[in-house]
Amino acid sequence: MSDLNLTLHVWRQRNAKSPGKMVTYKVTGVSTHASFLEMLDILNEQLTAKGEEPIAFDHDCREGICGMCSLMINGRPHGGQRATTTCQLHMRHFKNGDEIWIEPWRAEAFPVIKDLCVDRTPFDRVIAAGGFITANCGSAPDANDILIPKESADDSMDAAACIACGACVAACPNGSAMLFVAAKLAHLHRLPQGQPERMHRTQAMVTAMDAAGFGNCSNHYECEAACPKDIKRDVMALMNRDYAKAALASRDRETKSDGSG
Amino acid sequence: MLKLDARVPGGPIEQKWANARFEMKLVNPANKRKYKVIVVGSGLAGGAAAATLAELGYDVACFCFQDSPRRAHSIAAQGGINAAKNYQNDGDSVHRLFYDTVKGGDFRAREANVHRLAEVSVDIIDQCAAMGVPFAREYGGTLANRSFGGAQVSRTFYARGQTGQQLLLGVYSALERQIGAGKVTMFSRTEMLDLVVDNGRAVGIVARDLVTGAITSHAAHAVVLATGGYGNVYYLSTNAKGCNVTATYRAYKRGAGFGNPCFTQIHPTCIPVSGDFQSKLTLMSESLRNDGRVWVPKSKTDTAKHPDQIAEDARDYYLERKYPAFGNLSPRDIASRAAKEVCDEGRGVGPGGRGVYLDFRDAIARDTEERIRERYGNLFDMYERITGENPYRLPMRIYPAVHYTMGGLWVDYQLQTTIPGLFCLGEANFSDHGANRLGASALMQGLADGYFIIPYTLGDYLARLAGVNSAIASPTSSAFAASEDLVRARLDRLMNVRGSRSIDSFHKELGHIMWEHCGMARSAESLKTALEAIPKLREEFWRDVTVLGDRDSFNQSLEKAGRVADFLEFAELMCKDALIREESCGGHFRVEHQIDGEAKRDDDRFCHAAVWEYAGEGKEPVRHVEPLAFENVKLATRSYK
Repeated sequence: MSDLNLTLHVWRQRNAKSPGKMVTYKVTGVSTHASFLEMLDILNEQLTAKGEEPIAFDHDCREGICGMCSLMINGRPHGGQRATTTCQLHMRHFKNGDEIWIEPWRAEAFPVIKDLCVDRTPFDRVIAAGGFITANCGSAPDANDILIPKESADDSMDAAACIACGACVAACPNGSAMLFVAAKLAHLHRLPQGQPERMHRTQAMVTAMDAAGFGNCSNHYECEAACPKDIKRDVMALMNRDYAKAALASRDRETKSDGSG
Repeated sequence: MLKLDARVPGGPIEQKWANARFEMKLVNPANKRKYKVIVVGSGLAGGAAAATLAELGYDVACFCFQDSPRRAHSIAAQGGINAAKNYQNDGDSVHRLFYDTVKGGDFRAREANVHRLAEVSVDIIDQCAAMGVPFAREYGGTLANRSFGGAQVSRTFYARGQTGQQLLLGVYSALERQIGAGKVTMFSRTEMLDLVVDNGRAVGIVARDLVTGAITSHAAHAVVLATGGYGNVYYLSTNAKGCNVTATYRAYKRGAGFGNPCFTQIHPTCIPVSGDFQSKLTLMSESLRNDGRVWVPKSKTDTAKHPDQIAEDARDYYLERKYPAFGNLSPRDIASRAAKEVCDEGRGVGPGGRGVYLDFRDAIARDTEERIRERYGNLFDMYERITGENPYRLPMRIYPAVHYTMGGLWVDYQLQTTIPGLFCLGEANFSDHGANRLGASALMQGLADGYFIIPYTLGDYLARLAGVNSAIASPTSSAFAASEDLVRARLDRLMNVRGSRSIDSFHKELGHIMWEHCGMARSAESLKTALEAIPKLREEFWRDVTVLGDRDSFNQSLEKAGRVADFLEFAELMCKDALIREESCGGHFRVEHQIDGEAKRDDDRFCHAAVWEYAGEGKEPVRHVEPLAFENVKLATRSYK
């Protein structure tokens, strides 16, 4: 296959405070075997040779698992290929002469740091609020003492595959983090170990999600289509059910504690 | 002058860790909060250490260069984690895991450390299961296992092809719990650029905030480095792009001995290089070798043929032929060298003849495509995304690539480096794996160090410190100021070269030198060539590199330039270490030292760990040795035949 010459429109923004704009670049001689990020490497080498500052973009493992890479490519998170992160998107899916628009994640909760890099620390804050099982090191029973049906372990693993890249938030017209939060809850709640803290965890994480500035879900399911790990929207139904139960239970608890006061 | 005291406790090997724990001093629970500990790195070792130390009550600060601690490169480990549970009733035991690891490491690891690793392996699985790691299960609900290279028992626990991810998410959730509770202060997008040593003790670090560019000092009673390996010295490796040697190399320059820097693991099953633009290599998990068969055509003339056109008797299943006892599950160093050998003979397949087949045809015929998809589906998908070929129809093409570094900062039994108060965990240290690491043992070591060893040994250090000097150093003291000045001066120097060559072009050239001359096969001649080329390249780097952008803001070029500058110095140390070690052992293969193509150790001269001491700018580093005694596993030639 021959090499590609492309026209790129890339979002450049100096820092969180400066306004940004789309800048057009030509990139030449891109192998069809290169990944999308390798295409950006080639552009950055060409920019460096001209004395222009390279484009900042987040990336690390480049094998689709760390969740560091992002990018809206032609308006779609990770470029829109099913179950594929940007680092795993390869240039054989583009044609010579293509024009490509590249932007950072667009979501109020994820402010731009520079160019294509955004701040995703709100995700960490949601996990810190309850995305864990309280099990201090050293206190565990033998692993085979907790029997887990294969189906439960598999279902849990499906949800646990989330890489926290933020594509779901970027895809959502409301900038909602429901799929991310619900995936973590489903991972833990499909296992027996997750049951003791289930109600508290659901409430705490939803509260933290709201506080972090994510929008509400209005059932577009763009998140599911954009997810590079194929997380299914049924996790959100599980979360909504638990949240309703947790809200009722906590009202019960308040009533009781008032009574015994 | 370095003093190497391994501090191995007395008693029989099965009792050493128990004895050591009993002899350790304890810190009163109420006093723990008065001690501040810095943990650099948030992978399995660092994240587990930070979370567990915080659970115990210490005041912890944790640093990572990524945007979240959950992105550390442990996340990319695919195949699994070993533990001597013997759930399969197939003859496993703590002693067998210990034995396999010592032998797998080609007798270049410290016996006492390896035994402890095997002992705590069972606790790791319990802990991870309790934290909600969704390990693979049998229909009855018990844990499933699979086999890995270098072992004849099934002791590897796994979560599909994403075991590292799931274990790291367990660590990350424990860490976030402590962050939420205010016990850990997390510094993400922050990179350690120097270690601060005062009065002979590690007292803190100097770091750069990667978003603002600010240089900041952080003081503590002890510093724990868990900053991973240095495989990226080769430019192309299976490591994440950000993996680097800077933290451990800076510690080395401050006096920490560096152990066995030449011990590098080349993993046999990676997707081959496809062009100059290549930025990294992708591993295909070793677990695939449970079902995949490795082969090349018997005849050179068949290499260009479609694999379906090559008849069964024209195929050379060379691992099964050469190593009938272990076959496709031979250890990594052996499988890698065997692949290089058949490609050197001109029997390699794919572009440039640098590839061998990993074929699932027979496994699919035996177990159905559905079963294979269940076991390895995500790996097959990844292969197809990268290569555009369907591995259910065509055999995978694979080739060895740099994957892991067994070398690292020298540590004693307590995981303390030669600088008191500086500890080193996980891939960043040199212990446990000797000259070759067995598959599924990196995750085991990271979690052993972080969950079950450092919480004890660090407490002992702090308890003894109390009598000496329990006051925390001031981040405004002269030691910190001097370190900050050095860091700033170096950043300025990088910014001010304003040359004409890109940082990546230097890194690629260094990688090429290292791969050609200090890679899978090394000779005195090749290493001397590298030792001439590296200083020249380094000199050119400092004369002609171009680093654009500002020093005092988010600048990925500057981050990269600092890491490449350290690789350009460190590479020389690796080659020196490889040149002096005139034997072949594990991943270190000196072509002058072989019997019938297999590694030939020289136990009379090299049954030791080499520990390098920094002697100052422009001076020859000093090589020390820690002799290794094998009292429980008899020194023998490694055989997998």
